[in-house]
Amino acid sequence: MNSLSLSYLRQLEAESIDIMREVAAEFKNPVMLYSVGKDSSVMVRLAQKAFYPGRIPFPLMHVDTGYKFPEMYKFRDEFCKKIDVTLIVEQNEEWIARGCHPLKMGVDKCCSYLKTGALLDALRKHGFDAAIGGARREEEKSRAKERVFSLRDSFGQWDPKNQRPELWDIYNTRINEDESMRVFPLSNWTEKDIWQYIKIENIPVVPIYFAQEREVIVRNGILIPVYSGLSELEDAEGNVIQGKIKKIICRFRSLGCIPCTGAIASKAVTFDEIISEVRAATKSERENRVIDLTSDSSMEQKKKEGYF
Amino acid sequence: MPTGEKSLLRFVTTGSVDDGKSTLIGRLLYETKSIFEDQYTAIEKTSKKKGLKEVELAYLLDGLAAEREQGITIDVAYRYFETEKRKFIITDSPGHVQYTKNMVTGASKADCAVILIDARNGVLTQSKRHGFLISLLQIPHLIVAVNKMDLMDYKQEVFSRIVEEYTDYSQKLDIHDIVFIPVSALKGDNVAVKSKKMPWYEGTTLLHNLENLNVSADRNLVDFRFPVQYVLRPNADFRGFAGKIVSGTITPSEEVVALPSGKITSIKTINTYDGELTEAFAPQSVVLTLNDEIDVSRGDMIVRKKNLPLIESSLEAIICWMNDEPMTINSSFIMKHTTRSVRASVKSIVYKIDVNTLHRQPAETFSLNDIGRVELKLAAPIFFDPYKINHATGRFILIDPLTNKTVAAGMIRDAARHVEDYVPAETKEGVKQKKSPHTVWRDYHIGLAEREKQSGHKAVVLWFTGLSGSGKSTIAMKLERRLLEQGCKTAMLDGDIIRHGLCSDLAFSVADRKENIRRAGETSRLFFEHGNIVLCTFISPFKEDRNFVRNLFDTGRFVEIYVDCPIDECQKRDPNGVDCPIDECQKRDPNGLYKKARSGQIPGFTGIDSPYEAPEKPELALDTQKCSVDKCVDVIEEYLLKHKMIAKPKK
Ligand SMILES: Nc1nc2c(ncn2[C@@H]2O[C@H](COP(=O)(O)OP(=O)(O)O)[C@@H](O)[C@H]2O)c(=O)[nH]1
Repeated sequence: MNSLSLSYLRQLEAESIDIMREVAAEFKNPVMLYSVGKDSSVMVRLAQKAFYPGRIPFPLMHVDTGYKFPEMYKFRDEFCKKIDVTLIVEQNEEWIARGCHPLKMGVDKCCSYLKTGALLDALRKHGFDAAIGGARREEEKSRAKERVFSLRDSFGQWDPKNQRPELWDIYNTRINEDESMRVFPLSNWTEKDIWQYIKIENIPVVPIYFAQEREVIVRNGILIPVYSGLSELEDAEGNVIQGKIKKIICRFRSLGCIPCTGAIASKAVTFDEIISEVRAATKSERENRVIDLTSDSSMEQKKKEGYF
Repeated sequence: MPTGEKSLLRFVTTGSVDDGKSTLIGRLLYETKSIFEDQYTAIEKTSKKKGLKEVELAYLLDGLAAEREQGITIDVAYRYFETEKRKFIITDSPGHVQYTKNMVTGASKADCAVILIDARNGVLTQSKRHGFLISLLQIPHLIVAVNKMDLMDYKQEVFSRIVEEYTDYSQKLDIHDIVFIPVSALKGDNVAVKSKKMPWYEGTTLLHNLENLNVSADRNLVDFRFPVQYVLRPNADFRGFAGKIVSGTITPSEEVVALPSGKITSIKTINTYDGELTEAFAPQSVVLTLNDEIDVSRGDMIVRKKNLPLIESSLEAIICWMNDEPMTINSSFIMKHTTRSVRASVKSIVYKIDVNTLHRQPAETFSLNDIGRVELKLAAPIFFDPYKINHATGRFILIDPLTNKTVAAGMIRDAARHVEDYVPAETKEGVKQKKSPHTVWRDYHIGLAEREKQSGHKAVVLWFTGLSGSGKSTIAMKLERRLLEQGCKTAMLDGDIIRHGLCSDLAFSVADRKENIRRAGETSRLFFEHGNIVLCTFISPFKEDRNFVRNLFDTGRFVEIYVDCPIDECQKRDPNGVDCPIDECQKRDPNGLYKKARSGQIPGFTGIDSPYEAPEKPELALDTQKCSVDKCVDVIEEYLLKHKMIAKPKK
């Protein structure tokens, strides 16, 4: 490779930076959705790069379901303080107070209230006209058709059959009064790219991505972590989930809510070990997320309702 | 190769419905181990539900529920896979008759296109159409995969016939690199593994081709273009311009110009989060700082002083109409071009292209999926290069300001003057538009020929253009004296004089400059019609305005004289065109124009913070740094003699 060409990671990086700057330049009140996971970590680094030596010119917003891993909260608060960004935390307090829980009301409904509902409320509350998200096209089939700049109507809904054509690197950022834009600067990144980038850039991530011995219950082949304070492992009918608590060396491949995120058996404790594990993986990254499994179109349905 | 060092290839796949495109992509993903077990399980489930015997690899790709129901792909989708050598981004573009829009969208980002042809059907109109679109978008590499060879017993004749027919067709197109590969997507022949069934095929597999295409040479690394995207001002000491280098390369201390202001400065640093760079190149996203505090904002463009883009507000472009509502002539759009958005309207349709036959035909309007050539008028000039030369600065989108929909994709061919030049002056829009209503053109009661006969010379307009201080007036005054002494009828229109009277109501905005030149042009025409040799000295920085004047006259009667002098030299001169040392000239320059301009007292001063568009093909170009004033006058006199405008002076 000669000196005047960019490796694919640097090309992806340049493209993402370009997208973020376009958002900052073209929208009045943008926000970056921050989910504490590895994709968010990469996104934050890209934003730092886009505006260096300036500060990231938009706030980060974490739409918290209240069911995240304790390590995630700790990481979030320390990380955001260190890099000097404005962090907004929003919750769907009403539903959490009423005991909204995936194992009680079902995954679809729970997500719909705690994630989609809370996200839309938060966007409305702050009057954000653009929300930068870390979704990647590779993650899921319906995401593969998503634009980088994805228009949402006044209810935050996606109309997959009526998307704007997106040509070259010229983004149509214009919206009407009651519409908003979701922007995905990581559209062209894959899980492998993310880890590769985290490694070469030495980006901090939540430690539970790395393997350690954990107490889990094995259910349908998924390792469900046992966390104190969240011991009510009950299903929709209120039956306590059966199964012996085992100690297994495992890690999390993607981070969601505790009741819906399974761990995978793994001994990977370094970036390189994670990368080679991802390379050799025979299952997709969302395998241990209960969210996609309900129906073949479930993600598309959620996106239509306003999920990012 | 370490993973981070891999190169990237973006390619678009297209074909008619059922040619096997989804199967081919599924095959590529499968062979490169990019399909996960659980994804496979999901399509297995769907295939079973549909009552299929085999697992349909194509289902991996049909992402939307609507598509799965209809069994066809309806929108552009993106896929990713990698090999030891490269990372690939596939833009999967559906190929139905009505989806030119999707094809253009999908192909817009591609380095390479893969067209599928079903071996059983041969070359269909659609395969040709896809080739045409690829050529239109100037995608540098084309691979034609002749699929379903298994159904044609892997016969060489079948393949050869298609190669011949398609090669024949592609001669008409602007495609330079084209490769044909016989494959079976279903069985895997020649996709990732070389087929044993087709020993007669000497080439390599599709994957091998994709891995080895050299795409880094396709970039424009010559013309440095930096559209300013975002201005960074984190503190009082730092002012940086963030953006993407869309073409070319740049190093610190190089001399640059900011457009549209025309202000000249140099690069101080190239900043990134990872440190300062000693060289930056396309497509890097960087932050530039400049050595002078000049006013630059989003939508401006930083370029090298000696390598300027075109600056025009009338363009000719090929557009692809993407809106359900047909296009209406003269309605207003927003053109987004690089980081600049300007109002634009389609003035006329030059022709529409029948994408099946490639024939050009007249059209009143464009409907969805129509492609053709149009003339666009912009509210403000943009900085561009023809698409063919520089994709990044030659492309744009049109947005409907009412619905905010993206309604067209465009590729600029050139400034619009080329068409104008072929149209007779009377029908020219500029002239027509400015005509007062209810006035009837009357010929002068004494015709030009009669006047010329009497004076013994031709009437002609000598239009001197150049920077302030370049020496226009000095040369023109000397020439006029010489012509007068030879008995010629002359008239002199000087920029400064005109601005004191006829144009005293005008300032120096682009619009006012335009009007100033229009009046000067029309006035010169009145003198011209009366048989004079009209000497006009106007900075007239914009090509478009000068061309307006040119079009008022018959060919040969308008002589554009470019008085060429570098800006630094002009600044050193006094108004009489005599060279003097800098400090001396500062004292002597009675108007102190440059000094005032530099200190910001005269905004929009040509050469300081307003651009000067040098004529491309002036009748005469005078280099006043090399030639004395007398020599310049001689050159013009010779020109007039040679073209029989004036007679040899009698001794
Ligand atoms: N025999 C044979 N069938 C193929 C081949 N490629 C695709 N097909 C079949 O052709 C049909 C259409 O394929 P599909 O990939 O959906 O076409 P698309 O509309 O171009 O995406 C499917 O039934 C495939 O199984 C091939 O190389 N050989």
